[in-house]
Amino acid sequence: MVDVHSDVLIGMPPAEVGEVDLYHPRSWWTKYVFSQDAKIIAVQYSVTAMAIGMVALVLSWLMRLQLGFPGVFSFIDANQYLQFITMHGMIMVIYLLTALFLGGFGNYLIPLMVGARDMVFPYANMLSYWIYLLAVLVLVATFFVPGGPTGAGWTLYPPQSVLSGTPGQEAGIVLMLLSLILFIIGFTMGGLNYVVTVLQARTRGMTLMRMPLTVWGIFTATVMALLAFPALFVAAVMMLFDRLLGTSFFMPSLVEMGQQMKYGGGSPLLFQHLFWFFGHPEVYIVALPAFGIVSDLISTHARKNIFGYRMMVWAIVGIGALSFVVWAHHMYVSGMNPKFGFFFATTTLIIAVPTAIKVYNWVLTLWRGDIHLTTPMLFALAFIITFVNGGLTGLFLGNVVVDVPLSDTMFVVAHFHMVMGVAPIMVVFGAIYHWYPKVTGRMLDETLGRIHFWVTFLGAYAVFFPMHYLGLLGMPRRYHDIGETAFIPASAHDLNAFMSVAALVVGAAQLVFVFNLIWSLSRGKEAGGNPWGATTLEWQTPETPPAHGNWGKELPVVYRWAYDYSVPGAIRDFIPQNEPPNRFEPQGAHS
Amino acid sequence: MSAIVLFMAGIAAIAGWWLSQQRLGAKPWLEEGALGEFRGGSASPLPAAKLGLGVFLAVVGSLFALFISAYLMRMESIDWRALPVPRVLWFNTAVLIVSSGALQSAVIAARRDDADRVLLGLLAGAVAAVVFLIGQLLAWQQLNAAGYFLAANPANAFFYLITAVHGLHLLGGLVVLGRTTVRAWRGVATPRLRLSVELCAMYWHFLLLVWLVLLVLLTGWADDFAAICRQLLS
Amino acid sequence: MAVAIIILLVAVASVLFHLFSPWWWTPIASNWRYIDDTITMTFWITGAVFFAVVAFMAYCVFRFHHKEGRRADYEPENKRLESWLTIGTAVGVGAMLAPGLLVWHQFVTVPADATEVEVMGQQWRWSYRLPGKDGRLGTSDARNVSSDNPMGLNPKDSNGQDDVIIESDDLHLPVGKPVKVLLRSIDVLHDFYVPEFRAKMDMVPGSVTYFWFTPTRTGTFEVLCAELCGVAHAQMRSKVIVQEEKDYHAWLGQQQTFAELLDQRRLAKASYTIGSE
Repeated sequence: MVDVHSDVLIGMPPAEVGEVDLYHPRSWWTKYVFSQDAKIIAVQYSVTAMAIGMVALVLSWLMRLQLGFPGVFSFIDANQYLQFITMHGMIMVIYLLTALFLGGFGNYLIPLMVGARDMVFPYANMLSYWIYLLAVLVLVATFFVPGGPTGAGWTLYPPQSVLSGTPGQEAGIVLMLLSLILFIIGFTMGGLNYVVTVLQARTRGMTLMRMPLTVWGIFTATVMALLAFPALFVAAVMMLFDRLLGTSFFMPSLVEMGQQMKYGGGSPLLFQHLFWFFGHPEVYIVALPAFGIVSDLISTHARKNIFGYRMMVWAIVGIGALSFVVWAHHMYVSGMNPKFGFFFATTTLIIAVPTAIKVYNWVLTLWRGDIHLTTPMLFALAFIITFVNGGLTGLFLGNVVVDVPLSDTMFVVAHFHMVMGVAPIMVVFGAIYHWYPKVTGRMLDETLGRIHFWVTFLGAYAVFFPMHYLGLLGMPRRYHDIGETAFIPASAHDLNAFMSVAALVVGAAQLVFVFNLIWSLSRGKEAGGNPWGATTLEWQTPETPPAHGNWGKELPVVYRWAYDYSVPGAIRDFIPQNEPPNRFEPQGAHS
Repeated sequence: MSAIVLFMAGIAAIAGWWLSQQRLGAKPWLEEGALGEFRGGSASPLPAAKLGLGVFLAVVGSLFALFISAYLMRMESIDWRALPVPRVLWFNTAVLIVSSGALQSAVIAARRDDADRVLLGLLAGAVAAVVFLIGQLLAWQQLNAAGYFLAANPANAFFYLITAVHGLHLLGGLVVLGRTTVRAWRGVATPRLRLSVELCAMYWHFLLLVWLVLLVLLTGWADDFAAICRQLLS
Repeated sequence: MAVAIIILLVAVASVLFHLFSPWWWTPIASNWRYIDDTITMTFWITGAVFFAVVAFMAYCVFRFHHKEGRRADYEPENKRLESWLTIGTAVGVGAMLAPGLLVWHQFVTVPADATEVEVMGQQWRWSYRLPGKDGRLGTSDARNVSSDNPMGLNPKDSNGQDDVIIESDDLHLPVGKPVKVLLRSIDVLHDFYVPEFRAKMDMVPGSVTYFWFTPTRTGTFEVLCAELCGVAHAQMRSKVIVQEEKDYHAWLGQQQTFAELLDQRRLAKASYTIGSE
């Protein structure tokens, strides 16, 4: 530690202790249950999200059983099938991915990565989780009310979603809307935290351009979510009014099963605009944290700085901004003014450019790297493959005229599962294998991890890649049974059955993962503070798992960017962000 | 969706301005060393609560911009029949302005460390806000009595919904304002109250601004503006 | 090593699957061959990019995976490479967008000589309406719907009296004549979807949407609903029969007009009432 010429450079006082502002838990309850510590909240968010995710996984099995073997399983009828797809989609997109990336990873990583002691509004942060949990419980409750959950599709398009031809019209839709409203309120509380913490609580020396891309991704996604979720909120409130108070925001005059309804004058397209004004940014709300995290995984495990860091940051910001002017590409065949097609096709395809840059920079980071094929790295590679695949099929659907034959077919289902289902989930797994040692102090088992990886990646690819071709064939989505249809050959049914089997296998592989999570908690290899040799601040905490307040007495001071891997002249192949310059310690000093 | 796109453009302009101060063009790998050597990039000097409220107001702004977008979009249809604006709305508007002004006077008093004036300002602001809410309920009642029911036509539904959302936001603000007032009443030292008072005032000014925009919209003054927007778009 | 090979195999298998897949679009039966061409071109461009990226990754994993003593290069960025990649991508994207927009322009520009045909969706069946001798469709409104007037035509509109109504039966169209399909719904969203025609559009209650196409070969084509419309969504089927002009007119001659239908129903009702007295 003694170094003569470092005085000038590191001769700055340690950062404030910040003890005064820090909340201190007093009892077991406030420490582990009603905790205001972002790390506990993060674990609560993650566990809840994964638990409800398991429900969605089971729903997908049931759907695949029905699609692969129509008519064989008599306990699945058309009503239930629609309920399954609706709940599966809603849970996966909002209650799992959004909550996990922002509430889970965001809560854990933001304060640690920017060198803060905690989030800036811990109380609101705690409320955020409990409101989220309430939203999840309300959602689960819809399974048990008369009529069951809504079967309107995750898009909840009116008028269908509030009319009696759709399952769950009685209570399911009402509870679904309530649950969404709760989720948004809860998320806003958390989101304010994530944003203000990044803006205001960064430690000394942590300039924006020294932040890890994970923080950039989560930060930008949170800003987008804060601005986009109100659209879903507005749509949900208005639909609740329509359903409960008889207003006609979205309801034109219509005839339901031969009966004239007393609605009149509403516009179903208005709902679609509101929904997709939220819905498209939502895609990037899930994707941007994944982009950020995967950049850090690749860089760390390839022992090489992320290629083109500046471009990566600009691309994240650019994608975030652009994603607010592409929403109507989900509505090319919705009957809106067709002239909008020109505008939205153009903006949509423009967004492909920054996205492509990100992909190039990931693979160029691998070039001449020192690639450690650890489980997190394998998941990161699988992310690139599935994301490129799904991203490229997005160029089909974004190009307005190509979308016309493909919209509402299995091609769309395959596309969005690949790009915002499989790809982000790959990142979720990679991130869990990567950060589990920090959260628990123990490594996850590598062998089980590899089994989990290969089955999940190859299996999911085998489900969703061929699915595109069913869409090309013309097979529509949201059909519980395609039945006798002239243009569907018998071989398509075989393909469906194959996909179902693959999906079941992939689902079963997740049990390996859950087992690994639980088993490693007590039996895993001791991880130490920085098992991957990573540079970012969360790996430099004095204790592992990080104690309350994260940093002991003094906050870390940051001297460099987050990607000093394999710096020429340095002795180790990484230099932590809080290591002062010109102090390449002699070999073995830090082993 | 023109209103929300405009709003987002405004947010983007602010974000862009802020980012332009952050030296996003810097090459961080060349900038090894302590912070002092490089310009910009330090954490915001604003108190977290103020920043937090600022971000929250952006969210609320987005919410209202979306309601307005929906309103404008629905208004384009030929069967749109706007409802008459109850006179009491003008009175309410004046009351809300008074409320906002009272809170501003509390802020000024807090900066001067004048505890009595702070309390006076807070109380006046709270009372005026309550009067505003009662006035809004009165407006609803008058409309209902005149036969303009919620579900009768989309214009009515929008009127009730948007005023209700605005009122609920004010009600939420009243909870916080009430807490601050109680603390002032109990004689908490003014410097310790100053931030809370400033936050309340900021929120009140914002809601006043939103109300004025809504008023312009609901009274139909915005029709001409909307017509222009429509022509621009089509 | 194994990882690199598997990654490469994923790319190769994807390409082979594409080339040898028996699941491909249905033979086209409309003028929208350009749409198919745009898709084919998009497949070539995106397929090349996909293969290149994945193969490059496989090579990196093969060549640069960790060995004792290996150390990664240090290269924060490479402006020139990044610029070229950006420009290349922009050009590729432009190459897909430009033809796409051109075809979209055709898609939204209905030729002047297109005959109008109305398709009405309701839970869960299709009805059709063709203009009568006057060549014009009468107005309609969901509020007019009743058991006598299931399509909700305006009984006072003289244009509508001679409209040909086809309920719970197939739609016939003459081959080679451009058709503007007017779409409406009286309850929820539906989508008139005939895979062979390539074109489709949602039907939105409260408004009339449209698309146009020209049938290019005769045959019977299945109609599906492509927008989730409730529990029997998958069973909402019908057929479009494209015929030679002569056969089409023979079929058209047998169909009933709105006025005839109304009279018939009234008559039936009257006789029923008399009968029951």
